[in-house]
Amino acid sequence: MKKLAVLLVTCALVLGCAGCGNSGDGGSDAPDASNASAESDADTEEEDAAQEEAGADEKSEGVMTYEEYAAAEVDSQVTVETYVQAKQSWWEDKATLYTQDRDGAYFIYDMPCTEEDYEKLVPGTKIKVTGYKAEWSGEFEIIDAEFEILDGSYIAEAEDVTSLLGKDELIDHQNKFVSFKGMTVEAAGKDDAGNDVPFLYSWDGSGQDGDDLYFNVSLDGETYTFVVESYLCDNTTDVYQAVKELNIGDTVDMEGFLYWYEGVNPHITSVTVK
Amino acid sequence: MRRIWKKTGPSLLLLFLAAGCVLGFCGCHGSKGLSPFEVPEELDGSRDYEITFWAKNDTNKTQTAIYEQAISEFEQAYPNIKVNLRLYTDYGKIYNDVITNIATNTTPNVCITYPDHIATYLTGANLVVPLEELFEDEAYGLGGSEVRFDSPSLEEIIPKFLEECRFGGHYYALPYMRSTEACYINKTFVEKLGYTLPETLTWDFVWEVSEAALAQDEEENFLVNGQKVMIPFIYKSTDNMMIQMLKQKDAGYSTEEGEILLFNDTTKELLYTIAEHGGSGAFSTFKISSYPANFLNAGQCIFAIDSTAGATWMGTHAPLSDMSKDKVVEFETAVMPIPQFDPENPQMISQGPSVCIFNKPDHQEVLASWLFVQYLLSNEVQTAYSETEGYVPVTSKAQESEAYQEYLSRCGEDNSTYYDVKIKAARLLLENTGHTFVTPVFNGSASLRNASGQLVENTVKSVRRGETVDEAYMEALFGDITSLYRLDQPGASGMPEGSAKEDLGELPRTSVFLLSSLAGVWFLMAVYFLASAGRKR
Repeated sequence: MKKLAVLLVTCALVLGCAGCGNSGDGGSDAPDASNASAESDADTEEEDAAQEEAGADEKSEGVMTYEEYAAAEVDSQVTVETYVQAKQSWWEDKATLYTQDRDGAYFIYDMPCTEEDYEKLVPGTKIKVTGYKAEWSGEFEIIDAEFEILDGSYIAEAEDVTSLLGKDELIDHQNKFVSFKGMTVEAAGKDDAGNDVPFLYSWDGSGQDGDDLYFNVSLDGETYTFVVESYLCDNTTDVYQAVKELNIGDTVDMEGFLYWYEGVNPHITSVTVK
Repeated sequence: MRRIWKKTGPSLLLLFLAAGCVLGFCGCHGSKGLSPFEVPEELDGSRDYEITFWAKNDTNKTQTAIYEQAISEFEQAYPNIKVNLRLYTDYGKIYNDVITNIATNTTPNVCITYPDHIATYLTGANLVVPLEELFEDEAYGLGGSEVRFDSPSLEEIIPKFLEECRFGGHYYALPYMRSTEACYINKTFVEKLGYTLPETLTWDFVWEVSEAALAQDEEENFLVNGQKVMIPFIYKSTDNMMIQMLKQKDAGYSTEEGEILLFNDTTKELLYTIAEHGGSGAFSTFKISSYPANFLNAGQCIFAIDSTAGATWMGTHAPLSDMSKDKVVEFETAVMPIPQFDPENPQMISQGPSVCIFNKPDHQEVLASWLFVQYLLSNEVQTAYSETEGYVPVTSKAQESEAYQEYLSRCGEDNSTYYDVKIKAARLLLENTGHTFVTPVFNGSASLRNASGQLVENTVKSVRRGETVDEAYMEALFGDITSLYRLDQPGASGMPEGSAKEDLGELPRTSVFLLSSLAGVWFLMAVYFLASAGRKR
């Protein structure tokens, strides 16, 4: 027992000293991820421009088109080449990403990824992903995936899907970066005093600042629930603040990712009050 | 969108490993360690106290309101104690934040937690307050003379629940609420398939009915529901599934000392059965498919196993729901204990939140925290909170109270407070408390729990993907999971220091060298200091 204690104390002291010693300028030898990605972006933008002239992505051998991916069975292995549009989270060496190519979008869930690589996955980055297609509460995603970073860059323009709300075709745009225009803010629930409120912390108002924000917007008499997903946009972001400042009756334009949970449940990234 | 356990949220796999580092190195940042807590003779009423309470709710607005009400009432009794509430919706995130705050000496005063997590907190010296002395303190103890509200006595805490909070020779927590798992059944569909629910649900019965429910017509609609989707059996918590199956089979999981027994032949046998039904489509899990409640309520599931604390989401008339109403179908819901291998000897897990107190340099502050913890066990809080879900109060005082008994007796009067599925779920635990068990608690026990669930998840995913599940697969799976959760490493396996099984041998040469180096450095520093002091004189 004493030996173990001595061993632990020794290791703690030595490693502790090492840790403290490095804390001042740690990472100075490490590659500058932002610079690296900036250079990479510059290179890939040229290629991207060339590709845009061609009008379509060239898929490598064995890589599915979006159409083939969409037709693939759940639980089957899929390989796609796609572009990071936003990063939702990185935890325990796993990344969750919103990605999209020129034909459709792919939600990549819990993909093994080092922190260093995660830093490289800036919006626009082209990646080749091999994993399994899965469905969770209506959301199609790629899980248990591996990836590699490729040359190329693409950032999708928000596609206006306002007119598709309530229609079956909307799901064809699942996970894409989309916009909704001219929608009206409705009551999301009631506060303790029984007054209507424009947003809720958590789905039923049981949360606190920092949790997901839920709000309702309507169009043509139909009401939809949208969410500011706190891992994607936390309470320091503009969109989180903007939703907290909404008033019932406001007319808003919004952008976000067309996520699905038991129906359409967009993860909103920007809100503009008109 | 209901996200009780946010799908993208942290699992506990590496948290426990990170915890060791944080707890090991926090001294580097100025933490000097705390002196053991001693109960002050009296609470200094001339001072103001501010304590922090990290609580967990089940994404349930009523629970949040009850916490707030409890705090308000406690502050009325003790105007000089202010309680700050911080809400969480999953235990993992509380654990994560506690670990992070240990390093900066900013742990909460009071925290809802699981005993597995406390076992990790205990690797920091005097971090969590052992409660025996507080229990028995004449003035401020349970039912003490100076307590300003009607608190329960020690004898009034359900002994089985209290014992779940005892490990390492001390009580490090108090139970707050207790639940178990229940099987929520679409009885209408069971009978439509030609079966009658037995008195005690068995695994064989559940598998048989689940396979029968897969019959389809020529257009691939399931005959039982006329829909394209049917997953007859969905399990929410696969770690509980494996743990309870092993317990019912009297097979190994772990010893009290932390020896890991999970990877055994019975586990393999169970996984083969799970693979068979996962492969046919008769069985799936929350992580693979989604919430059992949503499938159950849409008529797309027959056996949904989830906590009794999830009862308000279950059934056609469930008071809580986050799916569109037009998807909900009408059916009769039966609430039964989880399936058993031996109906004569039923076994089910005991779970639910406990509450611990973190030590602080100011022992008066700890005493104030203890008083608040006691308030959480008062009848008012116990009955109110238990009625939000299929929880049961942890004191006989609350269980036997007129208010609680009346609540139980009004089962089914409405679809909110007296929702029948919820009250039946609570009754299930009240009637089976003697059949509940908990798994041994040790540093690393949470990793083992996660590993047991991962065995099920991986197996089901593999068969769905067309992989062959055979002996070679099992060997590889056991190896992968052992490695992933670091269960082959003595520290992570939770083998406690000083256990009889430890044989450390001689001190490693590296350590000898490092120790010698450190001694040398200290010696040189001492020489330099003495020399400097001499020159100054």
